Amino acid sequence: MSPAIETLITSYNYWITIFLMVAGLYTVIAKDNMIKKLVGLSLFQTSVYLLYLSPGKILGGTAPIIDPALKVYSNPLPHVLILTAIVVGVATIALGLALVVRINEEYGTIEEDEIFETGTGK
Amino acid sequence: MKLDLILRVTTKIILPFMLLFALYVQFHGDYGPGGGFQAGVIAAGMIILYALVFGLRAAQRVVPMSLVQRLIPLGVLIYAGVGIVAMMKGGEFLNYSVLAQNSVKGQHEGILLIELGVLVTVASTMVGIFYAFVERGR
Amino acid sequence: MASVSGENAVTVALTLTEQLPGLQIVVPLMGAIVCAFLRRGNLAWLVATLVTWSLPVISFLLLLEVQESGPISYKMGGWAPPWGIEYRVDQLNAFVLLLVSSVSAVAVPFARKSVAVEIDSDKHCWFYALYLLCLTGLLGMTITGDAFNIFVFMEVSSLAAYILIALGQERLALLSSYQYLIMGTIGATFYVIGIGFLYSLTGTLNLVDMTGRMEMLGLTDAVSPSMLAALAFIFVGISLKLALFPLHAWLPGAYAHAPSFVTVFLAATATKVAVYLLIRFLFSVFPTTAVFSELPMSTILLVLSVAAMFGASIVAIFQDNMKRMLAYSSVAQIGYMTLGIALANQAGLTGGIVHLFNHAITKAALFIAVGAVFYRIHSVRVEDWAGLGRKMPITMAVFALAGLSLIGTPGTAGFITKWNLSLGALEHGYWWLVILIMLSSLLAVVYVGRVIEIVWFRKPVATIDEARSPPMTMMVPLFVFAVAIIWFGLETSMSAGYAADAARFLLGGGGS
Repeated sequence: MSPAIETLITSYNYWITIFLMVAGLYTVIAKDNMIKKLVGLSLFQTSVYLLYLSPGKILGGTAPIIDPALKVYSNPLPHVLILTAIVVGVATIALGLALVVRINEEYGTIEEDEIFETGTGK
Repeated sequence: MKLDLILRVTTKIILPFMLLFALYVQFHGDYGPGGGFQAGVIAAGMIILYALVFGLRAAQRVVPMSLVQRLIPLGVLIYAGVGIVAMMKGGEFLNYSVLAQNSVKGQHEGILLIELGVLVTVASTMVGIFYAFVERGR
Repeated sequence: MASVSGENAVTVALTLTEQLPGLQIVVPLMGAIVCAFLRRGNLAWLVATLVTWSLPVISFLLLLEVQESGPISYKMGGWAPPWGIEYRVDQLNAFVLLLVSSVSAVAVPFARKSVAVEIDSDKHCWFYALYLLCLTGLLGMTITGDAFNIFVFMEVSSLAAYILIALGQERLALLSSYQYLIMGTIGATFYVIGIGFLYSLTGTLNLVDMTGRMEMLGLTDAVSPSMLAALAFIFVGISLKLALFPLHAWLPGAYAHAPSFVTVFLAATATKVAVYLLIRFLFSVFPTTAVFSELPMSTILLVLSVAAMFGASIVAIFQDNMKRMLAYSSVAQIGYMTLGIALANQAGLTGGIVHLFNHAITKAALFIAVGAVFYRIHSVRVEDWAGLGRKMPITMAVFALAGLSLIGTPGTAGFITKWNLSLGALEHGYWWLVILIMLSSLLAVVYVGRVIEIVWFRKPVATIDEARSPPMTMMVPLFVFAVAIIWFGLETSMSAGYAADAARFLLGGGGS
């Protein structure tokens, strides 16, 4: 196997990240349904969690709990950062869904094109 | 719903264990995996399960919305309060080292108090979100 | 506070002065908690006002200290940088802190009557809690020296802002808030992706440390792929937040349908903090030579800024909703700020930074005037305002004055910006840019002039029968902003002087 292909295969975590990122962003842009947009947004955020976590893991490394028998530790900082980002993501999605519920009550639909068809939603 | 005897009985048995597990996760958060976020969600899960099986009204008799609205800022108050006590003792905001005689004890006590604040806010926020969504559209 | 018994204290106890960077964030956070506990709206307003008034005092003391003895570092939680989160106040963000806190402090009395009529009374306490939380987030984004902490504070302020916007009376407010949420979250996520690349490149999140590590890697003159990716993601992410021209779609709706006070507050502070972040990353985190010599950053920003100045101004001319018109004008004015960044020389950057301040006071005055009119006649449609100059003369006079500042008439704050920007453009030999700045000012003459014509020279219409001077809590902020517009148009040592210091700091020592 040529080294270029090997690099492509061993960096599979980045391919997954890129796939999730683009799929999420595409859903946000292309869909009219507001819930689907939020699903896409959530997917997009999830790809970032992976982007942070995968380089932090060292193969063969353990959790960073100090023990004389262990020499190699994974970097714990990305986990802490992503825990924070997950909480932020949960708050964003909860707020987004709450807004969609209110929009549904006011307009009777959650399809963006239908709302804009009826005279910019006035 | 009323006739789901098995569901009702099992739920009643499970509930105390859920709370116990939440507290286990809570108090192991300083040295092991766990902490206020996870414990808060488990504790909120207990209320949500109770509401699902016994109805929203029964759950709101135990934990009314007005209490939830008080608990959300209370958790943040505990969190910020610890930080301010640290400031008054001459450390930076949230510097737990100055809370007790030595820094090891201070760090330990500090993180336990902070986790308590996180537990209160996360649990009440989750229950609050659940109530807010369930109360809609009826 | 300093007299702690020695045996308990592990380190030397900090004095109150040393605690100031922490207090800048802790005071509004505590205020938000107190408001969330309260039941009566008036009391919550009082708490919010007192808290907001205390903030400029803190930031002014910080600014004086920075002027005297250089950057201040505050170890959050006692963890030393670069491992812990560091709050770092230097010439640039001391100025932005003072801007955000003082503009909020002047504007907050306006909230009392305006919120009382526009928001349901059972939501008042939560409204003020969210306002203070949003303010906490904005100040936090400004003061912190940690890249990830910026993201957290960004989301704190943005989530609060989404809710505040959704509280608007029309149902379009919900839709605007939803669109802002989608765009804002994409922006913040782009920013985090960029930080992720920077973190894997440098292994640190501390902004100062990051610069040092990039120098160690020899990236001051060359651009590595991951640095380029980081720069691209951070630039687009922050540009979404600051509503740079093609990414501004969320702003007009959000400003137009939010409650009046929220519009005043967000227009005066939120985009300014985002512009600050852009300046911070382009001039102090990323190596300036690499960004501005190796990459076409200047050209990109220049084109987008000029597009904003013209495109948004032309759209503003055709708006009937006053708030929407001023929102489009905001997009255009942001163009002047980013133009200053694009010029990247002493005079140009001074113009960009001072415009943060000048535009904040100008737009706050304009939106308060609109809010005051809405309080009396419940309409922000420009036809309904015909002849209003006779019924609300002082409000409309301040509106006209702030409009002149928007145009950039000599003697008002707006002129100082355009003067500095023109000097910066001439330094590059861009005489055509000076002409473009003047032409775009003419567009502002059209949209401001149209309103002034309708308000002062048309026959009064029936909608304004009820109109009379707004209450004192609205009059005082209006008056203070009006005085500020003239004061900072004539006496520039405070605003332009500090901005020039900040520009010199950024272009000279970089992030040292």
